[in-house]
Amino acid sequence: MTDMAPLPARGCGATPVLKERGQREVFCGLTGIIWLHRKMQDAFFLVVGSRTCAHLLQSAAGVMIFAEPRFATAILEETDLAGLADAQDELDREVARLLARRPDIRQLFLVGSCPSEVIKLDLAKAAERLTRAHAPHVRVLNYSGSGIETTFTEGEDACLASMVPALPETSERALLLVGALPDVVEDQALALLSALGIDAVRCLPARRSDDTPAIGPNTVFALCQPFLGETHAALRRRGARPIPAPMPFGEEGTTQWLAAIARDFGVSAERFEAVTAAPRARARRAVAAAAETLKGRSVFFFPDSQLEIPLARFLVRECGMEAIEIGTPFLHREIAGPDLDLLPEGPVISEGQDVDLQLDRARAARADLTVCGLGLANPLEAQGLATKWSIELVFTPVHFYEQAGDLAALFARPLRRKARLKIEAAE
Amino acid sequence: MKLSVWTYEGPPHVGAMRVATGMRGLHYVLHAPQGDTYADLLFTMIERREERPPVTYTTFQARDLGADTADLFRTACRDAVERFAPQAIIVGASCTAELIQDDPGGMAETMELDIPVIALELPSYQRKENFGADETFYQIVRHLARPMERTARVSCNILGPTGLGFRHRDDVAEITSLLADMGVEVNVTAPMGASPQDLTGLGRAHFNVLLYPETAEAAARWCEKELGQPFTRIVPIGVGATRDFVAEVRALAPAATAPSEEGLRLPWYSASVDSTYLTGKRVFLFGDATHVMAMARVARDEIGFDVVGLGCYNREFARPLRALAREYGVEAIVTDDYLEVEQTIEALAPEMIMGTQMERHIGKRLGIPCAVISAPVHVQDYPARYSPVMGFEGANVLFDTLVHPLVMGLEEHLLHMFRDDFEFHDAAGPSHHGGGAARAESAGGASPPGPPEDISGKMNGADALVWLEAAERELKKIPFFVRGKARRNTEAFAAQRGVQEISVDTLYEAKAHYAR
Repeated sequence: MTDMAPLPARGCGATPVLKERGQREVFCGLTGIIWLHRKMQDAFFLVVGSRTCAHLLQSAAGVMIFAEPRFATAILEETDLAGLADAQDELDREVARLLARRPDIRQLFLVGSCPSEVIKLDLAKAAERLTRAHAPHVRVLNYSGSGIETTFTEGEDACLASMVPALPETSERALLLVGALPDVVEDQALALLSALGIDAVRCLPARRSDDTPAIGPNTVFALCQPFLGETHAALRRRGARPIPAPMPFGEEGTTQWLAAIARDFGVSAERFEAVTAAPRARARRAVAAAAETLKGRSVFFFPDSQLEIPLARFLVRECGMEAIEIGTPFLHREIAGPDLDLLPEGPVISEGQDVDLQLDRARAARADLTVCGLGLANPLEAQGLATKWSIELVFTPVHFYEQAGDLAALFARPLRRKARLKIEAAE
Repeated sequence: MKLSVWTYEGPPHVGAMRVATGMRGLHYVLHAPQGDTYADLLFTMIERREERPPVTYTTFQARDLGADTADLFRTACRDAVERFAPQAIIVGASCTAELIQDDPGGMAETMELDIPVIALELPSYQRKENFGADETFYQIVRHLARPMERTARVSCNILGPTGLGFRHRDDVAEITSLLADMGVEVNVTAPMGASPQDLTGLGRAHFNVLLYPETAEAAARWCEKELGQPFTRIVPIGVGATRDFVAEVRALAPAATAPSEEGLRLPWYSASVDSTYLTGKRVFLFGDATHVMAMARVARDEIGFDVVGLGCYNREFARPLRALAREYGVEAIVTDDYLEVEQTIEALAPEMIMGTQMERHIGKRLGIPCAVISAPVHVQDYPARYSPVMGFEGANVLFDTLVHPLVMGLEEHLLHMFRDDFEFHDAAGPSHHGGGAARAESAGGASPPGPPEDISGKMNGADALVWLEAAERELKKIPFFVRGKARRNTEAFAAQRGVQEISVDTLYEAKAHYAR
């Protein structure tokens, strides 16, 4: 297809994984609502949970920039815990009130939380009942974003997986892009695919419910995010076929991801070269600028979003960094495989977490850059370690060619700051 | 079930974390699922703490339920004691663990740890963050403090400051120095900065200074009853309250001397000519009850504002707040529903809000300046410089805080003089704030500033009134910072008289009517 960088002699595909089970320092799946509600413009996310859930969403969102965002928490109270039947009635009442006030809402997600799962509040039943009550204007779905079942980005996975059974059926030969991307990034991908001659492209999730994709046995799908394991399985159950590829981060990742799709659609090597040559060269130049700072430096990943393996692959192969440990909350062998194969042998691959033990390892390793969550970042900075907040990697446009330089720059900035600050006395 | 968009207070275990994180040598073992660890970032990001909160979460998962969540707790508890070697631990459950009824307190007590184990019962589905902090501190004090011989010289404890508090760091420094100036030593400051060992010596103090009733009133009452220590009722925010506090301390400690007021500038600043322009500005206050009640006095008596409304989100203090509101001749609003607060502010249309970070956002949407006076906090509420709100230096800080969002007096005066000059156009805003944010009421549109979406569903009473074109043009000639008031007054005047159409004459008749 095109001149790919060679696979390493030995990749991480067969590296034994350090599995840990201890205290985890991660967000729960509810956090995904922060970006999902911006992506799906006529959807509302109603968390059925506790004050803690509401406080988490507020704290993770940082500031309340929206007067009345398209998410809210139905806070369970003492009386709801006493009688579950009443809780269902209460839910009906709150949903009716909400939909009356927000006629723009076409999709409503009832999002389960730790407390609603523990008391076994049946949100699937509620979603069915409410769909009947509010059809055809509003479709009501449910998924769990609870911390006892989902870690951070797995909330998006659960959300998308909940949509799959309800997608209409088609026999059209089409490509489905899976994963919530910022609109600007999604448009770039669609433009590249169109230039390759692939125009039957749908997106899950769609920006508006009118554009909901149809799927069937002639659908092939490409994941844009590595954390969509459940969605991957659900799409297969509907007869769709996955296109395995590395994740589209950096010049190499994007090229290989596009190449895998191009092969499936029989795009000629000449055409592929003609379409990708210019953006590839641009991406390389942009990455090279930030790679100046990153080359030869070491990096340590705490588990957070499952983006760790593809990002480590990008940092090692395109930015010249050395990975010491790559933590991931969950390792999905099939999805992570193409990225693991590209990643040269060497780093510890760890799955799950025991945060105190991992902090001991991070302090011993003293990597030049430690990628971790917000709860750990300042304490590590105070110990002299440069850190990158992992949450920014989920909130910022980082996919495909035009963002490759931005992605590298996100990692370079903490190192540049560290080099720049000179606060000691002059002599 | 109660629908909530934004909350003023977190759950009660976050209150317990504020106590634990403020202290030294104490560890909190919290039976909770993994998502609850988000709370760490409140402390490490908002407060920029250099250490992780001393909290071990059991982070149980669905697969552990029914099998071995209790074991998980015991392991977490033992590991935490071994790794962190605390002087004491507090144990409890978050909202989810409360449902699975593992009884962390009971389990920890049977583990035969050789340090004090303090069990917390914090009902997550009934109470909130401030209760959690108050109850936790009370339980710790009750377990550790004992009556003992008083110090030879007069001394007090300072009770209430916690992690993630609004200006607690600097308030404590200011009040400690005020007390030192009066010859009163501080025996223990707690929770912030104290270890469990320190708390065993609480009883040595002659009396307690209760700086933050929200987080330490239960402990202060227990100390009064069990240790015979009276406590101060006045929170020293503002000049008058600080002087009253000094008098209260001197009544409790007759040997105490009067402190110096040398650095106090607020009274003269308020009396200086520039501040004439502050007189009668209409302000609305919202926050925790303690800060709101104290700041209402500062606003009215020490700056010369008109208090047009006030409220708090902590129901526990509804009674004193309502009493104070009556004294100010306004309606009190006691709610934790942010949309209700927004509607109240919209209806009252104050010229400034004194509120929390939530009201700062409301103000931004409604185009009303806001000064932050209370938790919930934001990274901006931890300034690098020394900025207490208590004591005499605190009064100086408050003057600056309340004046900063407004147009400076001298500038307002110039705007009146040169109101048609292009450089003083409406959208320019106060000159000491960054780049002219466009005002909602631009030259082109005549609609008053409102929220982006009308979510209240109520009818606007002014809909029935029509502004004639000439009157609308005349209204635009009035400087933007008084235009809202002029519009409101004119409409109220017209409505009273049953006038449907507002002319230039109506506008000036209303102006004459409301002239003071």
